[in-house]
Amino acid sequence: MKALNVSKIDFIGRRIYAIIFSLLLIFISIFSLSTNGLKFGIDFTGGTLLEVSYQKNIDLTDVRSALSEAKFKGINVQYFGSTKEILIRLEPQSISSAELSSKIIRLLGDDVDIRRVEFVGPKVGEELTNNGGLAMLYALIGILIYVAFRFEYRFALGSISALIHDVIITLGIFSILQIEFNLTVLAAILAVIGYSLNDTIVVFDRIRENFLSTRHTDSKKIINGALNQTLSRTIMTSVTTLLVLLALFFLGGEIIHSFALALLVGVVIGTYSSIYVASSMILALGISKEDLLPSEKEEREIDNRP
Amino acid sequence: MQVSSAGDKFITEHDLNKITDTLKSKDINYKSANLSNRRILIRFDNNASQLSAKDLLKTSLGRNYVVALNLAPSVPLWLSNLGGKAMSLGLDLRGGVHFLLEVDMHAVMIMSIDKYYNELRTLLRVDRLYKSIKKEGKGITIRLKTADSRNKVLKIIKSELSDLIILETSNQDDLLVHLVVSDDAQEDGKKNALKQNITTLRNRVNELGVAEPIIQQQGLERIVVQLPGVQDTARAKEILGAVATLEFKLVDEENDPQVAIQSGRVPIGSKLYYFKDGRPLLLKNRIITTGENITGAVSGVDQGSSTPMVNITLDNVGGRAMLNTTKKYLHHRMAVVFIENKVETIAKNNKIVKKRTTTKDIINAATIQGTFSSRFQITGIGSGREARNLALLLRAGSLSAPIEIIEERTIGPSLGADNIEKGILSVITGFILVLIFMAMRYRVFGMVANIALTLNLVMIIAALSLLQATLTLPGIAGIVLTVGMAVDANVLIFERIKEELGLNSNIQKAIASGYDKAF
Repeated sequence: MKALNVSKIDFIGRRIYAIIFSLLLIFISIFSLSTNGLKFGIDFTGGTLLEVSYQKNIDLTDVRSALSEAKFKGINVQYFGSTKEILIRLEPQSISSAELSSKIIRLLGDDVDIRRVEFVGPKVGEELTNNGGLAMLYALIGILIYVAFRFEYRFALGSISALIHDVIITLGIFSILQIEFNLTVLAAILAVIGYSLNDTIVVFDRIRENFLSTRHTDSKKIINGALNQTLSRTIMTSVTTLLVLLALFFLGGEIIHSFALALLVGVVIGTYSSIYVASSMILALGISKEDLLPSEKEEREIDNRP
Repeated sequence: MQVSSAGDKFITEHDLNKITDTLKSKDINYKSANLSNRRILIRFDNNASQLSAKDLLKTSLGRNYVVALNLAPSVPLWLSNLGGKAMSLGLDLRGGVHFLLEVDMHAVMIMSIDKYYNELRTLLRVDRLYKSIKKEGKGITIRLKTADSRNKVLKIIKSELSDLIILETSNQDDLLVHLVVSDDAQEDGKKNALKQNITTLRNRVNELGVAEPIIQQQGLERIVVQLPGVQDTARAKEILGAVATLEFKLVDEENDPQVAIQSGRVPIGSKLYYFKDGRPLLLKNRIITTGENITGAVSGVDQGSSTPMVNITLDNVGGRAMLNTTKKYLHHRMAVVFIENKVETIAKNNKIVKKRTTTKDIINAATIQGTFSSRFQITGIGSGREARNLALLLRAGSLSAPIEIIEERTIGPSLGADNIEKGILSVITGFILVLIFMAMRYRVFGMVANIALTLNLVMIIAALSLLQATLTLPGIAGIVLTVGMAVDANVLIFERIKEELGLNSNIQKAIASGYDKAF
């Protein structure tokens, strides 16, 4: 572990590989998002979802044929956790609305235990989609303003590009693996934004400090030094967060599964992006010592006031 | 589980003994049973025995008692003496139903125009001031007889119906007066409709016997209903969503409904209605009284025919109207019409459309055998379940506007229990993993961080409990996440201290500057 503290990894020198790697990931993600799309859950599409458990193992084809005989359309039946539990999804139907779930329950017979029923009307689904998108947009705009205010606009752009990078790749992984994207996943992605930003700000803080405390003027060297100094902290926090997320992923049950997965992916990507993407970005935007001096003076003045 | 009286009778020790004997005879284990605040609280160890006990007691106690499932907190006495309360659990942890209901505001508007239309007719009828009154979209149009009456009509409208706005027409001699409902009045109407619906829903939920329900307004036209512990969602939906009311009307004896159907011409002053089995009947338009005047309704079985029936009690207004009618029309037939409004949003050809349906069925039509006023019974109801539902709906009052379930989430009790178990397991596992990791990496400092982390976790839970915030599954996930991220500040400072230690050997100084710089 000691080695980490005195590490002298040349992050900036190798940033070209990171940029290629990031661009590749983003390209794959966007490609998958535009061709496969996201597998939206009923929170967004509207529809009905039932989770039922049987006493004994159940054959999916039996359930499917029983449901299609009853002329339900857009049925999706799958195992959920074990072969005794199944998840039934239905598109919004033309024949009925909220009574649908009661009908299906009657159809499935008496020996099932209803564990969960969710029905979301088409209008609500549409609203949730819009509001969800807005929530993410507002979060990003808020961050942009805050970071620009606390540091400088180049830092703001750097952190925002890192965040967009994280969000696109996380969404891309959900698209590639075709994992259901529901409200909890959206919440997880918002949490990822918060987490990744925290990481980025710690690095930025150190970059600013180093810019002001040394007489070096080589931006590349200063940023690389800051990255190395914060590296062990960045990794430590990621490890503790990943530890609890793994616990949540394996022990938290099926409902929380995709939430934990989104965070697992997001934390890994977020850690990577705060090391490579954010700092490469401010370097590309041409940050220098002079840019940071005036804001520091103001801060000193405020600090010294009684 | 709680048992309370459905009527005026009080629950006594005798009832308690009866219940415990019933439970013992069926070998259902319970933790405790006691009587307090006129209700009996029976505690069970698990959901399974609670559910079987509920079914058993419901049948054995009969209709005079309300048996409701309840999750009573098992806070130790010393803690509750200190003012401690159990943490309130969300539906995803305790099981239950969550409904989001939307009030059909279009229907509210149409109803308010109907109301103004009727008022206008009565007001202007006195002097025969109009030729015709028509409802047109969002407004009302009056056709006047003579241009002279225009000012008179406008004066009446301005003084009596200030909610209506008169649309100015360029031509003063125009015989038409256009009216629309003012925006303020429309807003008020919507607000009132929502408020009334909430009140009615609350009454209905109380009739269902659900403990600790939540009924709240959400936004301008939505209502959230949360019913913990309810598993029979079909009945809950039937009761919550029904916009049912009754109308009492006289049968038009002079005309034959068959003739009206064949000729397609319904006699003036009458309207064609159907029984549920499809038999037609002509009813007079005048309404004797409606469900709004009903103050009491109890379902039962008719002694004579042993069919289900509902005993009705009317208020003063309804009673007087009924007395007058029955006096005047003795030996005529009177019909009870059941009116139900429904609204659903369905996907049709990939378009989302609102479908509104109104069904008007005659429940029965019987000869008035004698004069009566406020107390009578309705027979001819299909089944006992229908009679019970009808009585409940009449008691709880009708909804002022149709509502639609636009979101439903039901969590079974077994899933709720699973969620709690898995949630707690993952919090503890994650917590222990972080403790071990921190202790290994930072040794003494790590132990300090671990104490801080433990305090952090205790304080989060304490704060949640203190604020009586509802704990849900995402909430637990949030706590887990906090455990992982809370050590961040510690890590930041420790790493800095390590670094400073490398630069100069003074520990005190290193710690001081470590804190300083990390902030």
